[in-house]
Amino acid sequence: MAPGAAGTAVSLAAAVRAGDLSATEVLEAHLASIEEREGEVHAFNLVVTEQARARASQIDDAVSAGNDPGPLAGVPVALKDNMCTRGIPTTCSSRILEGWHPPYDATVVTRLAEAGAVVVGKTNLDEFAMGSSTENSAFGPTRNPADPTRVPGGSSGGSAAAVAAGFVPIALGSDTGGSIRQPAALCGVVGAKPTYGAVSRYGLVAFASSLDQIGPFARTVADAAAVLDVISGHDPADSTSIPQDALDLASHLDAGVEGLRIGVVTELMGDGIAPDVRARVGEAADALERAGASVDEASVPAVTYGLSAYYLIAPAEASSNLARYDGVRYGLRADGATTGEMMEATRTAGFGDEVKRRIMLGTYALSAGYYDAYYGKALKVRTLIIADFAAAYDSHDLLLSPTSPTTAFALGDKVDDPLLMYMNDVCTIPSNLSGQPAISVPFGTGSDGLPVGVQVLAPALGETVMFRAAAVIEDAAP
Amino acid sequence: MAERITRDDVAHVAKLARLRLDGAELDTFTAQLANVLGHAEDIAALDIDDVAPTAHPLPLKNVLRADVVGRTLDRDEVLAEAPDAESCQFRVPPILGEEP
Amino acid sequence: MSRSGGDGTGLVVSGSTGDAWELVIGLEVHCELATATKLFCACPNRFGDEPNTNVCPVCLGLPGSLPVLNKAAVELALRIGRALGCTVRPGVFARKNYFYPDMPKDYQISQYDQPTNVDGWLGLPDGSRVGIERAHIEEDTGKNTHAGDTGRIHGSDYSLIDYNRAGVPLVEIVGRPDIATGDQAKAFVSELRKILLATGASDAKMEEGSLRVDANVSVRRPGAGLGTRCEIKNLNSLRSLGRAIDHEARRQIELIEAGDRVTQQTRHWDEEGGCTRPGRSKEEAEDYRYFQEPDLVPLAPSAEWVKDIDEALPTLPAKRRSALGAAAGMADTHAGVVIAVDRDLDALGLAAIQAGGDPARVLTHIEHNLAVEGADALEPEKLADLVKLELEGKLTATQAKVVLAEMVATGTAPAEIAAARGFEAMATSALEATVDEVIGSEQAEWDELVRAPEDDKRIKKLNGFFTGKIMKASRGQADGKAVNALLVQRRSAARVERGLD
Repeated sequence: MAPGAAGTAVSLAAAVRAGDLSATEVLEAHLASIEEREGEVHAFNLVVTEQARARASQIDDAVSAGNDPGPLAGVPVALKDNMCTRGIPTTCSSRILEGWHPPYDATVVTRLAEAGAVVVGKTNLDEFAMGSSTENSAFGPTRNPADPTRVPGGSSGGSAAAVAAGFVPIALGSDTGGSIRQPAALCGVVGAKPTYGAVSRYGLVAFASSLDQIGPFARTVADAAAVLDVISGHDPADSTSIPQDALDLASHLDAGVEGLRIGVVTELMGDGIAPDVRARVGEAADALERAGASVDEASVPAVTYGLSAYYLIAPAEASSNLARYDGVRYGLRADGATTGEMMEATRTAGFGDEVKRRIMLGTYALSAGYYDAYYGKALKVRTLIIADFAAAYDSHDLLLSPTSPTTAFALGDKVDDPLLMYMNDVCTIPSNLSGQPAISVPFGTGSDGLPVGVQVLAPALGETVMFRAAAVIEDAAP
Repeated sequence: MAERITRDDVAHVAKLARLRLDGAELDTFTAQLANVLGHAEDIAALDIDDVAPTAHPLPLKNVLRADVVGRTLDRDEVLAEAPDAESCQFRVPPILGEEP
Repeated sequence: MSRSGGDGTGLVVSGSTGDAWELVIGLEVHCELATATKLFCACPNRFGDEPNTNVCPVCLGLPGSLPVLNKAAVELALRIGRALGCTVRPGVFARKNYFYPDMPKDYQISQYDQPTNVDGWLGLPDGSRVGIERAHIEEDTGKNTHAGDTGRIHGSDYSLIDYNRAGVPLVEIVGRPDIATGDQAKAFVSELRKILLATGASDAKMEEGSLRVDANVSVRRPGAGLGTRCEIKNLNSLRSLGRAIDHEARRQIELIEAGDRVTQQTRHWDEEGGCTRPGRSKEEAEDYRYFQEPDLVPLAPSAEWVKDIDEALPTLPAKRRSALGAAAGMADTHAGVVIAVDRDLDALGLAAIQAGGDPARVLTHIEHNLAVEGADALEPEKLADLVKLELEGKLTATQAKVVLAEMVATGTAPAEIAAARGFEAMATSALEATVDEVIGSEQAEWDELVRAPEDDKRIKKLNGFFTGKIMKASRGQADGKAVNALLVQRRSAARVERGLD
């Protein structure tokens, strides 16, 4: 790894702002890392080398002119390829959007730019963020930098791998059922899903609108906090954006966990979780206790229904969100004698199997005669999960669980069994259904030597306390 | 409890979703969807009629914007993305069928 | 088919078999709201612009874009709802999913099971009431143009799509099936249009498509349950609406009387052919898979907001008609009353009547002489003064019309205008002298008029001859009625003198 590529986002930005390092030097060091290992990892769908160089040079000019380019000055950042970037292709790793140039930037992209960050590329993902291994990409899978025979997790596998491989210090992902936290855990980096509504979704290509949230990947908790501080805060372009100021996590990170009540979620520590993963969660709990928190078990019974509810709600919303890919206005068009036939041919050719599966599942769940039994029921389960979390938070400040039931699995292991693949999300899904924040922090390795992630869960807008605990776990990690 | 999804159901749903499946795909998808829906029977079987549904995790309401004209997109930029365009409009093959 | 009825409870139609039939009609009216911007984005809401110029990521349904609700659209929807006596409830937006190329997201955002306005009614000028089930907010689609020989959807080579209209705010007003005749349906739309204009909610132009009417029509034998209905679309004028309903009712009755059944379907009105045609039948019933729109939050107008809406509502046409009718001592349905309200001159009429103007003459002026610009600025007292001058015989009807036009143009008092123009109706003695003079100089004609029997056709003609001569001699100053009265009187006297009577 080149010298500039080893630093954290916080340290790089400080050096660039102080004039100790140029944004160009920082960028070139990271481009060199990419050059070195991207062929093996395939984290990116697109690296925008020239735009990034131009941007870094702008930052350097600003610093020379005595201006402050912002808290992420000169920090290279990778964006999951489902966030709109003006004039830069945004594919969602789908054939159906290949070649599309969005005419606008996502709000998070604008905020990163305003903070001085330098976008280096768009990262690979499971097509339309549907998957847990990044194998569902139309452009080929991403590999886990810790072991290239393994998956990086998904759906934000490209962003997780890019950070883990040192291609960028920070990256953005989106998390609908664990798509930031699970790949973060599998790749051994920090990944956070904020409270629903804390970060604008404007410009994030929708998978399941009531569940999607954008969040950061980073190698340190402090870097993840710095990114969230920049991208959070009210956005009038998103009706579901919480009307409040940006988070201020960075300045509270060192406050510790003294006196906090933390519960390990009983239902997420059962037989479905690999013993070595469970053991690491236990060690993390011990570390929190040593740091002054009181730790016990907490029961959230309804989370056991989370998987079923999620795999009805998310596909239902997706079936509607993905209707617009019809070959009329942008992206792929396949031939058809009539508009109806053209639409059908386009969608059949443009979507991969997992996307088709979820569209059909969601269409079925919403269709006449099945709505009440499936979609309607899932919405009620969502109520139960929210209620059970609320009860747990009556006596706890935070909850703790594994992020993923296992460490990274081998490529190809689960592609033929969708349900087995879906089981990967069992620990992460509940927070999406409840709209609450959660963060995955690397905590040692499993018996196979691959990274394990520990998940800290918090009530809505509990990010500040959640990040304090994450910092304690990070410090204690083996 | 809902009935097991059939091959015909999948064919119907594919049609609603504007997807074309061949015979082998129909078989595969039917088995896979049945598997996932089979897992969902745990909640389909729950007796929770009295529980209110939650469609959205946020308690917000009345999010409104002022009626002020803003920027529109450049038409050339918009049409440059179109698979087919003519006379500054999006062009599609003949439309059959009624608008609902 | 012949019609009778008119009892207001339901049109009874006799079919060819002589059986009686009733029509049951429910209207669904879409109106585009008169906002500056679209429902969910800041693009201009404007008709007639160059295609695809009023578009942005939101109304083009580009990936990643999100809707934000326009407050003014809600405001106008609430005005419509309250003007129709609806209850305002918390509203939730849903997605109606179906594929169609003019709909950028391939779903329409609309209020479904939780509309903002429910349970209202609309009073028609004939005194009947039509229930309003709901008036909900939704977005409009883009516009397709079918290219090729026919210019129609069928047989076209390809279609072109303009998304300027996509996302324009609509309120769909769903009327209850309380309408029994085509005329009543026309009256409903006409009255609704007046309300939309009065509240400023819509420009309500049927020809430009900012007011679109679909009619659900079914027939039944009196007292029987509801028949199968057909929905008629493509009704671009009030005339089309009335004709289409009459035609569709006749079609359904003939079908049933021939032993067939009515199939529930959508039919299109063909204005040139004067008939409805079936829409292309769908292979299967649509399944719209409605669910709550997760990109929007619920709309729950506060009681204060609704109160503000109520207080700001203008007096509606029905109330204005009854106010004017009451002041004039006439029915609300009197043509002068209806026209005065239509032209926004009811306030003028009311004030003129209150200032002592004769109601009939005031309304006559409004109906016939005030369809001009600036009429609404006329001072009511001056209109009352004008009417008084007429009643006193100081101005003839013709003179009054001239004076009124000048009053509108200059604001001058009627007496002044009359004096300046030398308009003073002739005193009776002067008029008598003129009449006798003309009789004296036209002896032959006078002789013929006096001799003619009462039912003779020549009387009318000769009376006209003398009236013309007298008016000419008086340089138009004579009052026509007075002239006629004098001629009648002089002729009777001559007949008695000559021993003819």
